[in-house]
Amino acid sequence: MTRLEARDLSFAYQRGFPVLQDVTLSIDEGEVLFVLGANGSGKTTLLDCLAGLRQPQSGDVLIDGEAIDRLSAAERAKRIGLVPQMHEPVFEYTVGDVVLMGRAPHLGLFARPGRADREAVERALEAVGLRDLRTRIYTEISGGERQLALIARGLAQGAACLLMDEPAAHLDPRYQAEVFQAVSRLSADGFSFVVTSHQPNSALLYADRAAFLVEGQLSDDGRPSEAITSESLEAAYGMEFELVKDASGSRAILPLVRRN
Amino acid sequence: MIDRRGRSAWMLLFVVPVLFLVALLIGRFGLRIGDAFRALFGVGEVDDVVRALVLRVRLPRALAAVCIGANLAVVGAAFQGLFRNPLVDSRILGVSSGAAFGAALALLLSAGTFGLQASAFLFALVAVGFVLLIGLRFGTAPLILVVGGILVSAFFNALLGLVKYVADPLSSLPAITYWLLGGLSDARWATVLPLLGITVAGLAFFLAIRWRLNVLTLGENEAASLGVRVSGLRTAVLCVGTLMIASSVAVGGIIGWIGLVVPHLARAWVGPDHGRLLPTALGLGAVTLLILDGVARTALPSEIPLGVLTGLFGAPAFLLLLLRFLRSRGETR
Repeated sequence: MTRLEARDLSFAYQRGFPVLQDVTLSIDEGEVLFVLGANGSGKTTLLDCLAGLRQPQSGDVLIDGEAIDRLSAAERAKRIGLVPQMHEPVFEYTVGDVVLMGRAPHLGLFARPGRADREAVERALEAVGLRDLRTRIYTEISGGERQLALIARGLAQGAACLLMDEPAAHLDPRYQAEVFQAVSRLSADGFSFVVTSHQPNSALLYADRAAFLVEGQLSDDGRPSEAITSESLEAAYGMEFELVKDASGSRAILPLVRRN
Repeated sequence: MIDRRGRSAWMLLFVVPVLFLVALLIGRFGLRIGDAFRALFGVGEVDDVVRALVLRVRLPRALAAVCIGANLAVVGAAFQGLFRNPLVDSRILGVSSGAAFGAALALLLSAGTFGLQASAFLFALVAVGFVLLIGLRFGTAPLILVVGGILVSAFFNALLGLVKYVADPLSSLPAITYWLLGGLSDARWATVLPLLGITVAGLAFFLAIRWRLNVLTLGENEAASLGVRVSGLRTAVLCVGTLMIASSVAVGGIIGWIGLVVPHLARAWVGPDHGRLLPTALGLGAVTLLILDGVARTALPSEIPLGVLTGLFGAPAFLLLLLRFLRSRGETR
């Protein structure tokens, strides 16, 4: 079943300088879509539009078949979670406090979280394997643990569709693997993910589908092994790459850099 | 870091009334506890002078201390969260520069105590009004509001300078200077009652939305992605907070540091969750100002300006917090 759909999305911050042009994509229940592209190609703007935080000049975004601009902000937040790039909060909240903020769309303006909300936090932390970190200070845990905590916050929102902005950008290989394995586990439970990344190799390892965002246009949407080719990579990043395969069929991408 | 889960500041619920009672007893003219009670509740025999002293001087003054301390601390804590900047205090939007000009103008025109406080209140609102208008035009992003506050403060400081320049150096100039140092000696029912009303309503608002303030500290985009209508909530916080601070400054003059230091003390005590932070800041602000005003009234034969005391208390307190913070960084990193 289709979970999130974007039809002919166009967006510009300034008239005459389009950031997104006629972007059409859809993801199914339990699917992981990687959107690859260079810095400044419009990936973050795309996620903001998909989350309903920016109003596209034309086109629609649908969640479970409903247009998101018809939904209230709270209703939208119960269905779509945004996992921002690494961030450092100003104050020293505990991991539990941060995840608890995901309950905001379920609580009225004057309400404070109750037992049901705390249980939702507990379940969300369990699902990403951070149960033991609940009382730790969020600013003092590692970058990878923070990414997992933010995924947990999206789960606490109740969102079945999570949009992740460069989750691996600051992480060492082990934490990259840990974060993406959590994503794979959750997608097996039916959660859908749109992940932006500069790293084609992560897409080869963890994506169900991959697509490139090049100058605001989405192209080569398909299975990672088919979408990620030396041609599509060169078009996206403006440099040459080499695709290597080992005997078992795993692929990897190497940038071709001339050494003098 | 320390685990702050179990900590709560319920003891402040008992400390505030006790200090409040003490504030009624101490002063140039010491009272016995029985006399104070008899005067307060109108039972038994009590000297008329004592009754007038308790009901018309010390009671409004102690109430003003509680209201102003609570307002400065709660709004300071909320604004620090809203602006995502721990160095912000409750007067960031130019409240005190507007109030200072309004008070100086009233003193120049010899307007009387009520006129003075009304004028300070109105010009405080005018100053912040300008900042919020700038915000309406260019967006209420923290940076724009901070810049707006700086601009409006500079403008009203210039006007204040002009008033000082033309003021009589023998009468109104010293009065202006004294008012700018802050103090509660002019707290009378006529202005304390409106202050009390605004304080009760404002604190009720802040306590009701306090958990949501956590989400605002994440910044505009993230809070919006969690389903919070950021600009509406932010505008409400700014407007209610401004009313609370303007009415406080009108009665108490320029009282610095409370709105910066007390929120930090409260955060060090119970952690940054606004669910616990705001009630703690409320109690701690009230306690701090009750104590400092008690010292202001009793330490020397003549009254010490409150703004002087808050600076003497606030600067070292802030230094201690800073050292504590640096030490905790040193241990954990």
